[in-house]
Amino acid sequence: MNIRLRIVTVVTLFAIGTVAVVLWAPTVGSTSISLAKAFDRSIPWEENVDAQIFFVARLPRVLSGALVGATLAAAGVVLQAMLRNPLATPFTLGVSAGGALGAMLAIAFGLEVGMMGVSSIPIASFAGSLVAIGIVYWLASSQKRGLSTNVLLLAGVTLNSFFSALILFVQYLSDFTESFRTIRWLMGDLDVGSYSPIIAALPFVVAAFAVFAILPRTLNVLTLGDDVAAARGVEVLRAQRLAFLSASLATGAAVSLGGPIGFIGIIVPHLVRLVVGSDHRIVLPAAALFGAAFTVLCDLGARTIMAPLELPVGIITALIGGPFFLWLLVKKS
Amino acid sequence: MLSAEDVSFRYAPDGPLVVNGVSVRLAAGALVGILGPNGSGKTTLLRLLSGTRRPSAGRVMLGDQPLDRLSRRDVARRIAVVPQETELAFEYSAIEIVLMGRHPHLGVFTVEGPDDLRIAREALAATGTGHLADRPFHELSGGEKQRIVIAAALAQSAALLLLDEPTASLDLGYQLEVSSLLLRLNQDHGVTMAISTHDLNLAASICRELILMRDGKVLASGPTDTVLTPENVRRLYDVEADVHVHSETGHMTVVPVRRVTR
Repeated sequence: MNIRLRIVTVVTLFAIGTVAVVLWAPTVGSTSISLAKAFDRSIPWEENVDAQIFFVARLPRVLSGALVGATLAAAGVVLQAMLRNPLATPFTLGVSAGGALGAMLAIAFGLEVGMMGVSSIPIASFAGSLVAIGIVYWLASSQKRGLSTNVLLLAGVTLNSFFSALILFVQYLSDFTESFRTIRWLMGDLDVGSYSPIIAALPFVVAAFAVFAILPRTLNVLTLGDDVAAARGVEVLRAQRLAFLSASLATGAAVSLGGPIGFIGIIVPHLVRLVVGSDHRIVLPAAALFGAAFTVLCDLGARTIMAPLELPVGIITALIGGPFFLWLLVKKS
Repeated sequence: MLSAEDVSFRYAPDGPLVVNGVSVRLAAGALVGILGPNGSGKTTLLRLLSGTRRPSAGRVMLGDQPLDRLSRRDVARRIAVVPQETELAFEYSAIEIVLMGRHPHLGVFTVEGPDDLRIAREALAATGTGHLADRPFHELSGGEKQRIVIAAALAQSAALLLLDEPTASLDLGYQLEVSSLLLRLNQDHGVTMAISTHDLNLAASICRELILMRDGKVLASGPTDTVLTPENVRRLYDVEADVHVHSETGHMTVVPVRRVTR
């Protein structure tokens, strides 16, 4: 059993599949285009319609799907391991509710202060996520010893309902157009329109993934429990802080980009574990890659199933995710 | 090599003292049993000795260094712990669990190499669980799980092993196997051990020293044959007991007779 070889092989296979999906998805749509032609540099850009459709119209949406999917899946894996709870999602700890409240306040108050080509809504959403992260972290670390995962869970669940109530309240006071925009945002949508929002979210996601890179073996040991992990040489509090803050930051960035797209952060980690086992050195990168491909494919379905009508991707992930989850529960029992 | 100096501990700032002014010393090569009724502070004392909890007062020394000055990683290379129970949130194979014992010896991006695998296999062999290596941990019986957990602690290659009721979930056969395994590790490999247990006869058969704890304090400590007296058993458990030397094994055996009021 060569562990390094196994990690490299599995992750490479997932990477090949993901790259294939990301390259193929933009070629599908109302107008079929050729990948070869899109990448053909001998045709001038102005005359290369395929390249224009590929790079301008479709690739930003596919890339935002890949980024959001990879982030939510990886954040799901990290939080599930840290909380020792396979049912945790990136949204369990209230980050997405904070992001939703931020986005909705920006819509309701008509904030139009964009930055560097990014509109006010994702910025407000990210700010809302940061507020939620701050509150949950402060509550959980006010315990004398370490981060209490129970308090984290309780604080997250409570914050989720409290923010939802605030969202309903603001929505009740909003006019019809604002309400419609809010609901549309809450459904999750990857039609970002340009590369700017992706580039704006990227630094936070990259920073979070840099932390994810040092965590996997520690996460394995953490799933044995705090005391056992400490006895195996893990600085438990430090590892929990890194895991919580990086996963939450990444989730906040993903939500600001694509809205709270449900179920990715739980279906993808489960499916990946079914295939590759529970070693986080494989699960974490494989889930990130599969999450990217899964989200891109769901979004492909969202924009082709009822074409020319484009569904929000959140509806597709929930339609797949709900039954899948029930199947998982039935299978386990 | 590991000593607690007048340590006290409470879980909550206004809670009761679970460990109250305890001093113990584990010399290199020692095999010490910690006995006491439920709630006497045995598990907490082991947590203080392994440094996973910091004493509210007093200090724990590893060699000539205070334990809390060392990183968790440094401590884990020298002290391994076998917990009372291990519940997994995710499914791992037995060998994966044992390899996690190598964690303190590996760098952040280092993957277990041939040496680590060899050590893990040896640990499985030493606990008689080589045939279980690729089985999912959660499918194993209580006794098999416990032996895998002991193997994981062995794979940590630490000179000190702290065990919290290692035989509690085992049947008579495995109790014997585990106790002879522990004795072998101590005698042949020089592993220093402290074992908390409710099994007086196990303690009497392998431990050369005993620490008796009640209500967070040390009631008596010293060589097994001087500490394990009917009088001490009565003070410890409120139980009247016969203590005599078994003719065949030469170990002390304890036969509880009746409960007495304190």
